[in-house]
Amino acid sequence: MIKTDVLVIGAGPVGIFVIQQLGLIGLKAEVVDNLDKIGGQCIELYPDKPIYDIPAIPSCTGEGLTKNLLEQIKPFKTNFHLNERVEEISKEKNNWKVQTSGKKTFITPNIIIAAGVGSFEPRKFSVKEAEKFENNGVFYSIKDKTIFKNKKVCIFGGGDSALDWAIELSNFADVTLVHRRHEFRGAEHSASIARQLEKEGKLKIKTPFQINSIEGKDKITGITIKEEDGKSEKIPTDYVLGFFGLIMKLGPIVDWGLNLDNKTIPVNTENFQTNKEGIFAIGDICTYPGKLKLILSGFHEGALAARACFKLARPNEKYRFEFTTTSKTLQGRLGVKKSD
Amino acid sequence: MPKITYIEHDGKSHTIEVAKELTVMEGAVQNNIPGIDADCGGACACATCHVYVDSKWFDKLPKVEDAEKDMLDMAFEPNKFSRLTCQITITDKLDGLVVKMPSKQG
Repeated sequence: MIKTDVLVIGAGPVGIFVIQQLGLIGLKAEVVDNLDKIGGQCIELYPDKPIYDIPAIPSCTGEGLTKNLLEQIKPFKTNFHLNERVEEISKEKNNWKVQTSGKKTFITPNIIIAAGVGSFEPRKFSVKEAEKFENNGVFYSIKDKTIFKNKKVCIFGGGDSALDWAIELSNFADVTLVHRRHEFRGAEHSASIARQLEKEGKLKIKTPFQINSIEGKDKITGITIKEEDGKSEKIPTDYVLGFFGLIMKLGPIVDWGLNLDNKTIPVNTENFQTNKEGIFAIGDICTYPGKLKLILSGFHEGALAARACFKLARPNEKYRFEFTTTSKTLQGRLGVKKSD
Repeated sequence: MPKITYIEHDGKSHTIEVAKELTVMEGAVQNNIPGIDADCGGACACATCHVYVDSKWFDKLPKVEDAEKDMLDMAFEPNKFSRLTCQITITDKLDGLVVKMPSKQG
């Protein structure tokens, strides 16, 4: 069980910056994010695209912004719980008890939801049998590659994950790589290795095909793939792997009793609190009259939410507004000067 | 203003006027037409504004850039008439455009 002043959900730019705002006023935060890395959409969707509207930074990439934000919160030594999704919350006296998919429990008076459009989850096959076989033959990520040894494996997708796994598993499994068009979007180099392996008979490549059905009773026995204009083909297989990238889903947050407005959470703009005391929403996920989905708006929202968290985390203390330019206390927390 | 027709997966049709210079995605989102999510806000980074363009219109659209082709790989049940609506800017030439939404965006 982890006790903290604030649990931040979402490690995107807004979730990272609020840690700084919390740290400055002496509050400790823990962060949960379902991605395997820090940065949210900035890292997952557009790491290389330039952003031009971060105040005082004429241009930076999503990756650059994330790096700088992490530098800015360094003094506050924050734990990031990655690859974990928040699942359930319950009220315990004055605290919220939060459980994650990684079986961690947090006890905290404050939850700040900075979850953007939701948590990133793998995109799945559209055929109905895929759900039945999920984790029993159908996978969207690989935890233990040894289970594929000497088995028949069909891999779907055209990006780096699909190519890399097809190449890797072809060393010890009978692999068929299936993609909806002839071109692969993954690294040129990986695509040419895959083509070479195909020539050598070590890997089968089927394009332009998409999945049509998965066959089998308790276990997968095969699949049918289909070309857009009709031609279909049966392939016997033991495993079906899909690598179609990630999609954002609100997930269990929708069951927390929060007011929702078209996938966003209405907040009070005085403190960015939701309809539940101690639960705040900032960044793209919150909504209010005039809301702009800009990173800079999220920074402002976080600054105000952080002050509201202080009241619940330190009910017997008085919050004092201070500037980093002059306050020895704040400078002490930042590690730039010794505090008195 | 050019008229754009958005047809939901169940067949429900919405014909609206959309200002030039907006994208087909923005036309849907700003008019609360269901079926186009546009999670990334129009950065060609999420494939949740996917539609099937009416076959008569497909070749009249500006051509598909590589970045959009790549993103379409991730769209839900793409076919040869698939486009991402955030990449289609409305002009007078597109007056009358018809697009159909997939059963879901992901």
